[in-house]
Amino acid sequence: MASGVKPRVKVPKKAAAGETITIKTLISHKMESGQRKDDDGNVIPRSIINRFTADFNGENVIDVVLEPAVSTNPYFQFEAVVPESGEFKFTWYDDDGSVYDTAKKITVS
Amino acid sequence: MEMTRRKLLALGSGTFVLATLSSLPAFATLTDDAIAALTGGADMGEGAITLTAPEIAENGNTVPIAFDAPGAAEVTLFADGNPVPNVATFKFGPLSASRSASTRIRLATTQNVVAIAKMEDGSFQMAKANVKVTIGGCGG
Repeated sequence: MASGVKPRVKVPKKAAAGETITIKTLISHKMESGQRKDDDGNVIPRSIINRFTADFNGENVIDVVLEPAVSTNPYFQFEAVVPESGEFKFTWYDDDGSVYDTAKKITVS
Repeated sequence: MEMTRRKLLALGSGTFVLATLSSLPAFATLTDDAIAALTGGADMGEGAITLTAPEIAENGNTVPIAFDAPGAAEVTLFADGNPVPNVATFKFGPLSASRSASTRIRLATTQNVVAIAKMEDGSFQMAKANVKVTIGGCGG
């Protein structure tokens, strides 16, 4: 599944050093669970995003392993501390080997 | 084997116990196995972590779940009524501000959502929430 996958991330543009910020991420993905059947009774093969990571300047913030029980368009909200200005990097790993990523800059004053 | 009245009675009470046990959600044992695989059968404390889930979810396809587990290194969510009990595992890195996160999950039917936190000292904490699901999220 490579069509229509679009990551969306919400990160504040500015923060104070050491401040806790809230990050929201969403990626459009059908997350086919491998439990559903098509009209002919054949199982639709599993096709999900199986891992999501968020890093800031190369240091890890959160690393999530996803199972088929995570909803369509996986959504995560979590908190991070930013010691200095830099860039958040968000990465999603698909079952089919595709990797989707996006980055957001943040200025720390 | 000759069936005496005594043996029959013993048999009867045995099936009764079985019947009471099987009134638990059908996949509960799967969840127990999955939890045991994670914790290695270690004792689990309760009360240190909070799991926020709706009491009633109208749509089992997207049920909002949040947890807050101060001092946890890793949090795993399970849904004991799903065909596959594992839901997601969250590992926290050095720059995470709090050991909390929220996401949306699928629930096949009315069931318990269980969060197991592996604390930084290696012990385990558990929290459980029952969610009533009106329309299941596993599709037929």
